[in-house]
Amino acid sequence: MIMNRRNYDIVIIGAGVIGCSVARALSRYDLSVLCIDRESDVCEGTSKANSAIIHAGFDAKPGSLKALLNVRGNQMMDQIAEELDVPFKRIGAMVLCFCEEDISVLKDLMDKGEKNGVEGIRLLSREEALELEPGLGDEVYAALHVPSSGIVCPFELTLAFAENAYHNGTEFSLNTEVTGIKMLPETEPHTANKPKDADEAAEDIAEARERLRSGTGYKFMIDTDNGSFVSKCVINCAGVYADKIHNMVCEPSFSIVARKGEYMLMDKSAGNTVSHTIFQTPTRMGKGVLVTPTVHGNLLVGPTAYDIDDKENVGTTRDGLGTVRAKSSMSIKDIPFNKVINSFSGLRATGSTGDFIIQEDEKVKGFIDVAGIESPGLSSAPAIGTYVADIVCRILDPAVNPYYDPTRLGIPRVAEMSVEDRRRLVGQRPDYGQIVCRCEEISEGEIQDAIRRPLGATTLDGVKRRVRAGMGRCQGGFCAPKVMDMLAHELGISYAEVKKNG
Amino acid sequence: MIRELTCIGCPMGCSLTVEVEDGKAVSVTGNTCGIGKRYAEQEIQAPTRMVTTTVLSDNGRPVPVKTMRPVPKEKIFEVVNEIKSRHATLPVSIGDILIDDAAGTGVPVIITGDADR
Amino acid sequence: MDRHVSLAVIGAGPAGLAAAVSAHEAGIENIVIYERDEKLGGILNQCIHNGFGLHTFKEELTGPEYATRFIDKVRELGIRCETESMVVSISPQREITVVSKRYGLRVVSADAIVLAMGCRERPRGALNIPGMRPQGIYTAGAAQKLVNCEGYVPGKEVVILGSGDIGLIMARRMTLEGAHVKVVAELMPYSGGLKRNIVQCLDDYDIPLKLSHTVVDIKGKRKLEGVTIAEVGPDGAPVPGTEEYYECDTLLLSCGLIPENELSLTAGIGINRITNGPFVDDRLETDVPGIFACGNVLHVHDLVDYVSEEAGRAGRHAADYILSGGAKKNPPNIVKVTPGQGIRYTVPVTIDLGNIEEDVHVRFRVGAVYKKVTIKLMCGDKELTSKRRTIVVPSEMEDVILRKSILEEVDGDIRVEMTGGGL
Repeated sequence: MIMNRRNYDIVIIGAGVIGCSVARALSRYDLSVLCIDRESDVCEGTSKANSAIIHAGFDAKPGSLKALLNVRGNQMMDQIAEELDVPFKRIGAMVLCFCEEDISVLKDLMDKGEKNGVEGIRLLSREEALELEPGLGDEVYAALHVPSSGIVCPFELTLAFAENAYHNGTEFSLNTEVTGIKMLPETEPHTANKPKDADEAAEDIAEARERLRSGTGYKFMIDTDNGSFVSKCVINCAGVYADKIHNMVCEPSFSIVARKGEYMLMDKSAGNTVSHTIFQTPTRMGKGVLVTPTVHGNLLVGPTAYDIDDKENVGTTRDGLGTVRAKSSMSIKDIPFNKVINSFSGLRATGSTGDFIIQEDEKVKGFIDVAGIESPGLSSAPAIGTYVADIVCRILDPAVNPYYDPTRLGIPRVAEMSVEDRRRLVGQRPDYGQIVCRCEEISEGEIQDAIRRPLGATTLDGVKRRVRAGMGRCQGGFCAPKVMDMLAHELGISYAEVKKNG
Repeated sequence: MIRELTCIGCPMGCSLTVEVEDGKAVSVTGNTCGIGKRYAEQEIQAPTRMVTTTVLSDNGRPVPVKTMRPVPKEKIFEVVNEIKSRHATLPVSIGDILIDDAAGTGVPVIITGDADR
Repeated sequence: MDRHVSLAVIGAGPAGLAAAVSAHEAGIENIVIYERDEKLGGILNQCIHNGFGLHTFKEELTGPEYATRFIDKVRELGIRCETESMVVSISPQREITVVSKRYGLRVVSADAIVLAMGCRERPRGALNIPGMRPQGIYTAGAAQKLVNCEGYVPGKEVVILGSGDIGLIMARRMTLEGAHVKVVAELMPYSGGLKRNIVQCLDDYDIPLKLSHTVVDIKGKRKLEGVTIAEVGPDGAPVPGTEEYYECDTLLLSCGLIPENELSLTAGIGINRITNGPFVDDRLETDVPGIFACGNVLHVHDLVDYVSEEAGRAGRHAADYILSGGAKKNPPNIVKVTPGQGIRYTVPVTIDLGNIEEDVHVRFRVGAVYKKVTIKLMCGDKELTSKRRTIVVPSEMEDVILRKSILEEVDGDIRVEMTGGGL
């Protein structure tokens, strides 16, 4: 990415769903914003490996940020999905309990949900639950039904936030890992740009004026392996590394542990095994796992939950997958495990405070933590974006961006179109008629779009997350060589340089 | 001496029992057909293999090739190396000769796939 | 609807080509073969090794040579082939939706359809191999395509999981391309590939084959760094203490093939859960009238020669169906064909005794290795035919022919039985 400048009003560290949602919320204002990430793509950390659920918000402690932002985020999703062309389905959820004593757990959840403002929760008997979900396990005793729960594509949501922010002026610098953050002396003019040309000098004058106006100057020097940046505010959306980033410039005040969750994903032919997201109440065996259709029609089961030391370790384990299998089978009788097409694990960024940590640091003004964003982080993402934007507004008091456009159009999903729409589109652009990924029926045109768009894909996984080529039952066995060929051609690199990820 | 072999003459993969004297097969049992007998005799005396690989063409893409007959087993890598040192000038058709005598084996290497420019 | 054809053949691999040729020879002229790839020949194009055609042409050919024999025939007969054309759905009324760059989206109606879409490889995800998900893990077939068709050798230090034929072939192929193949691990206590491939692809190059072993961990965040292999017990679980770490940059998977029947499902065709292919009768007709299936989409074959033979029959039966307008000559008399102990499935699952026109092939695979067995086709207590085998293995398809003359004597369900071999 070509950097036009090295000084910004705001630098966001981390281009996961939170960083990108914050970027999009800030792009509504007349601010210069840079979003950086150590990976070569957005959505490379926790955002790419989670349950893909938009939770209703009955689980979080009333009065907590988790409760507030989850319920608010859930309510925002219909509009977000509409504006950003992101697949989202409000399919509802059920929470199962497996014995009479646990009815009280369901009632507690119902209470909490009502306090948090979740509407429409009902307690169901086993028989009522079976009517909604005929595949329930024999041990299921009763259930809660929560109609506002939904499912979303976390890749597309993150990308949509990022693309929309980009179109509204946010800059992105990928392959950029923060190595240190320093405070600049407030009075000293910043010297990050050397040598200065006329444009930059003019920019400095303008910024000096602005500093006078807002009373806020450049305060932070963010050093990275891709050069240094200067900013007035830093927004720390660094996921499992948020404590490390925080501690670079602030007094330690929290810590983040990585809590691993392992999942199994099943073929689309298994997608109708359930029609709701099926949760479990915690049992003697520990916290439960969920069974859910995905928004693209697969079946997802998981996750496990255990803390790990190595924040890079996203490996699955035999024991973990075994646990997922055993627990999910309590909820739903006949899960077709012979249709597993992939297993993966993700790391939740579990904060030491028990709640989301979203605030300006008490001592280091202008440094905003958005940390400890574990579940329900994805659900809360839209609301976290606006919540952080409000904090920024209190600090910088920006004008609105007159060119702000909240809408983004996704890449056409050709296979989902009606015969007539598809015929028309393929007629207009024949590349949409050349199928490359046979399992997901993804065309050459869609893959070209995925690569050519701003913030486009540069890796096989990048293509997969954008248009699902390689996401299907053969997992890229057939299309990977062709997609590698296209990436090499479009990016002007050799076959050997085409990467799977990172 | 008795040697146990698996015939590679066809996909049946017959288990052959070979009686060897003075480095020669004197009797072969377990074979279903004449191919098995001939394979065992050859394998005991001087094993040979077909070599199949690719040669780069002048447009940078590979073209499949094979040795026209089996070559001595110990010559496989020499044959492959000689093929890799060549390139095919397009267009080529099945049966075109790439090398007349691969690595001194006396066996030609031929193109096994049609390719246009 | 944009177009009408007599016969639509879906797939131009060995099955589709042979089916089209035989249908044409049986008098059908308005045939179109739809192929999603840019070339005809299917997977044979990447199978550059020899060993094809001994039954069909009485000589050993490489994959591209074998395919070319059929492609030349198709061209000679003037059969229309539409490449880079993907059929995305079929209706039970035999309306096909096909998309391509060249012709856009079209809906084509066909008097009969032959399904010949082939199969796909079981991916890593379906094997539930734990560990990281770095670059460097390929199914053997994907690696074969990269090496043989793209000229790109994906790595230098290789471990192969699964001893299916493609895995064995790729062990040799990678070796000839200068890679070091360290080991082939096979979960089962027997190889998944042909014996001769063990000899000429592994033994010739001193590549060890470890039976009853599997990959239990994968290391490397971005790029593959190594895999851990362990022995598995009779319960399929790894035996603690047997782990061995192999440094490698490439892991190839050759762990089974799955017929690709998503398209068949769009037409409502019934799928056998054992083969993952359609249920067919002795005419290779599925349970949706006028739709036939052959080759690896029906059940995974071990030899392409058997695919061609089977596809030839499918093409002939499809031609009969078209010429007769789907009408049977005689009232149907349908009997079942069922597998006995040790036998996993049969193709076909039914025979219409009322309309037998030619010998019927009964094909199946066994569930484990059995030595010195007799395979019998029984109708009640009556033995219809039998054959002795010194060894039967799961990696090889068995084929028993029921002569037309014998079938005329049959009056009930047929059972495939295997005796001996400790059964």
